[in-house]
Amino acid sequence: MRSFLKTKTAIALALSVTAGTASADGHSGVEVLHWWTSGGEAAALNVLKDDLEAQGIGWTDMPVAGGGGEQAMTVLRARVTAGNAPTAVQGLGFDIIDWANQGALANLNEVAAAEGWDDVVPAALQQFAKVDGAWVSAPVNVHSTNWVWANKAVLDANGIAAPTTWEEFESALATLQAAGITPIAHGGQAWQDTTVFDGVAMSVLGIDGYRAAFVDMDESVLGGADMVEVFNRMAVIRANVDDNFSGRDWNLATAMVINGEAGFQMMGDWAKGEFINAGKVPGEDFLCFRFPGTQDQVTFNADQFMMFDQGGAVSEQQAALASAILSPTFQSAFNVVKGSVPARTDVSDEAFDACGKQGMADLAAAASSDNLIGSVAHGHANPASVKNAIYDVVTAHFNGEFDSETAAAELVDAVSIAQ
Amino acid sequence: MSIASQDTAIRTGRVTRMLIYLVLLLFALFYMLPLYVMVVNSVKPLDEITGGGMMNLPQVLTFEPWAKAWSSAQIGVEPTGLSPYFWNSIKMVVPAVAISTVLGALNGYVLTKWRFKYDTIVFGLILFACFIPFQIVLIPMAKMLGLMGLAGTTSGLVLVHVVYGVGFTTLYFRNYYAVFPTELIRAAQIDGAGFFRIFWRILLPSSGPIAVVSIIWQFTNIWNDFLFGASFAGADSQPMTVALNNLVQASHGVKEYNVHFAGAILAALPTLLVYIVAGRYFVRGLMAGSVKG
Amino acid sequence: MANTANADFKTRLQTWLPKLVLSPSLALMLVFVYGFIIFSVYLSFTDSRLLPSFGWVGLENYSKLWRLSHWETSIMNMGVFAFLYIGICTFLGLSLAIFLDQKIRGEGFIRTIYLYPMALSFIVTGTAWKWFLDPGIGLENVMQSWGWTSFEFDWIKNSDFAIYTVVLAAVWQTSGFVMAMFLAGLRGIDNEILKAAQMDGASNWNLYRRIIIPQLRPAFLSAFVILSHLAIKTFDLVIALTGGGPGRATELPATFMYSYTFSRNQMGIGAASATIMLMTIAAIMIPYLYAELREKK
Repeated sequence: MRSFLKTKTAIALALSVTAGTASADGHSGVEVLHWWTSGGEAAALNVLKDDLEAQGIGWTDMPVAGGGGEQAMTVLRARVTAGNAPTAVQGLGFDIIDWANQGALANLNEVAAAEGWDDVVPAALQQFAKVDGAWVSAPVNVHSTNWVWANKAVLDANGIAAPTTWEEFESALATLQAAGITPIAHGGQAWQDTTVFDGVAMSVLGIDGYRAAFVDMDESVLGGADMVEVFNRMAVIRANVDDNFSGRDWNLATAMVINGEAGFQMMGDWAKGEFINAGKVPGEDFLCFRFPGTQDQVTFNADQFMMFDQGGAVSEQQAALASAILSPTFQSAFNVVKGSVPARTDVSDEAFDACGKQGMADLAAAASSDNLIGSVAHGHANPASVKNAIYDVVTAHFNGEFDSETAAAELVDAVSIAQ
Repeated sequence: MSIASQDTAIRTGRVTRMLIYLVLLLFALFYMLPLYVMVVNSVKPLDEITGGGMMNLPQVLTFEPWAKAWSSAQIGVEPTGLSPYFWNSIKMVVPAVAISTVLGALNGYVLTKWRFKYDTIVFGLILFACFIPFQIVLIPMAKMLGLMGLAGTTSGLVLVHVVYGVGFTTLYFRNYYAVFPTELIRAAQIDGAGFFRIFWRILLPSSGPIAVVSIIWQFTNIWNDFLFGASFAGADSQPMTVALNNLVQASHGVKEYNVHFAGAILAALPTLLVYIVAGRYFVRGLMAGSVKG
Repeated sequence: MANTANADFKTRLQTWLPKLVLSPSLALMLVFVYGFIIFSVYLSFTDSRLLPSFGWVGLENYSKLWRLSHWETSIMNMGVFAFLYIGICTFLGLSLAIFLDQKIRGEGFIRTIYLYPMALSFIVTGTAWKWFLDPGIGLENVMQSWGWTSFEFDWIKNSDFAIYTVVLAAVWQTSGFVMAMFLAGLRGIDNEILKAAQMDGASNWNLYRRIIIPQLRPAFLSAFVILSHLAIKTFDLVIALTGGGPGRATELPATFMYSYTFSRNQMGIGAASATIMLMTIAAIMIPYLYAELREKK
């Protein structure tokens, strides 16, 4: 605790040192550190930028792509240490809580109260935007990760209906295997392996087991017989990917489904953008459905913008940015492009396609029935250290280093070291 | 300098020579391979690349990807291409190379011609600094830059690159000056020439080759640096490598490989140019000093 | 009187000037290198996670570190990588230098081709290498499409072999530079001794083995220093080529350290691994520097 306080003072100090150097941008506008550099994402951010500029607030862009935000987080670390924190920073899950605990974030309660965020943002998401009763970041969207994407033509040709149980799924895989089609398109990167693991674990453990294992880190569940079954199912999936999966980027795996080289891909809702870009129509060319056995649950991750304390109260520009982010028009415009669903539940689903509409309905249903829970793979179930420890075990097992029993035992060990 | 460039006295037979040429040629192909892949794919339309055949020559030749990478590719919110970042890199690299080279030359001069007690320990300390892994200095460096008010500025980046480059430049100049005849210095001293005058009049005029080595080394390392550039630059001073990374690492949407390759070559052009133009002096400079240890 | 004082001041200035000139560099080193090393070693004994914090935890980070199978993998990889990389680069560099030293036509051109990889960062060449090594689109595919259907080259996808693809790309980048160093060394050898030995009827093989190569000792040592520092710092290459995969099969200490310090918010463990790395570097470099610098006296 003492060291914690010391860090807090250190940061306060750093921030006060900054005032002279960094506020050059701070007064006239916002500096935004983010990793959304692809065309579609940038187009979506431009909506935000134009909105602010209409209010006379300048936008200083600080893009740092790479590793799903890891690179940007390193830069953030350097910027905060230097006492030169950007005004707003794209952030995910536990990273936000960590920064809030360091006392580095500004309190947005005023604007949140004025706009009634408490009522429209699902509680499971508020957990990552509100720390110790203070709103510290503005959620942009909710991605859900337990989706399966399928090529409809391939499924139809082989007489497969969208599977709803693990057994159906297994037999569908066998059918495709027999037909000489790669059953599952997958990219062998730790985060992708674990994205699949999210869905598999949910299907075996159920919402309570998932929470006990990954949120409460209960060792009896982490190393239990059910976890061995989770790894057994992972092994089945491993047996149904092609030989060349290792290191493949997720969008190349999606392309395999689009081209009909593969039947299924387990990936978050951002995969939809790839289908749409390729001119495919949801429900006609491709199908989206929840991972078999997780129809009622939604594992999610959410992009947010953390507002860094610029010395005392939240700045006018930060408040304006936060309110622009939460505005229903931006929420709708952005999420239609991104494939995710709005972070507030009161946005009209009119502009969304079939998958988007289903996503919004699922989210609302899961949120109201306590079936909405953070994704392990995307840093919304446990802190970065634990997340990566789970990555290590999942990816080692997926690459054949451990058998299922060893993997479950290793999981207990790795999580305990990481805490 | 004391070491003359000379051809070997070894004589070889005809068959051996043929074999030697063959081996040299094969390795030349090996070294050219990645560049070939990059160049060939940077002038193809995207569908030719995704259609397979990365080694094939383009069926349709296009320079569109180059134009796009330079001036209209998506780097951040604005589709600016790499061009603004190119100048940021130049503004950082030129002073950093100049300062670290001058410091290295002066250090080398002192350490060889103005020896003092414990000078080898001082040199050892400077040299060992070359081996520090950059990942561990990020956080303390950020703190120092913040304290000095240099966070997020080009000057801050210049400082960082000077600090972690001066070990190498000192090493090069020291080894070069070590074989420079000390008698000349003594004679000049007797004539009443001072510290800087000797450096300026006697050592500097013959430092060309090693200055080339030092400049090439520093230019390449600083131009190619990503970690420091990403961490310590501000929004308006991000170097080219950071922009290239944003272009290549974008995680969503269609990957325009041809644009990526064109951008990669554009980002590498200055260093390639330096190697091609100054390459011959490079070996000469190495020959004249640094391999004498 | 004034004149002597002035002269006196001048002489004193002349004796202090060299040290004065050296002092900025030395000061920079003491703060930005040695100060930071001490800071980092200190952090390895603290409970630092997201940012440095100063709660003392003793050796806990080190004991955690050695319980991580992942750390052992990266140490093992470092051993394999450094041994092969330094060995192959030295052998290849020396061989190519000897070949290029045989009054070769177009030497300058060939030399430039051998040297240019050093000018490119792996952010640039990483993708090209990744493609080339990928069995689906790279060498394997090309060979098979040329009719050699049994050709297989899938090392990058194979946990046991992936580290060798990292070696291959690393050798590609630096062996030309090592070649230049050896070539420079060869050009400095006195031809008179060679001619005398030739008179005595020594074969080329023996000339190289007994006379030339032993004289290249300084070049060997310089190459060793440059190569070992590059080996230890190898980071971009792994990130660009394999991302540490398949699984964690190509993780190296530098990537390990980065990931614990920055991605995993376990700065204490990251600092502990950095400390071990630094000690290893020191254990290799200090004897070398000592031997080298003592000779100069």
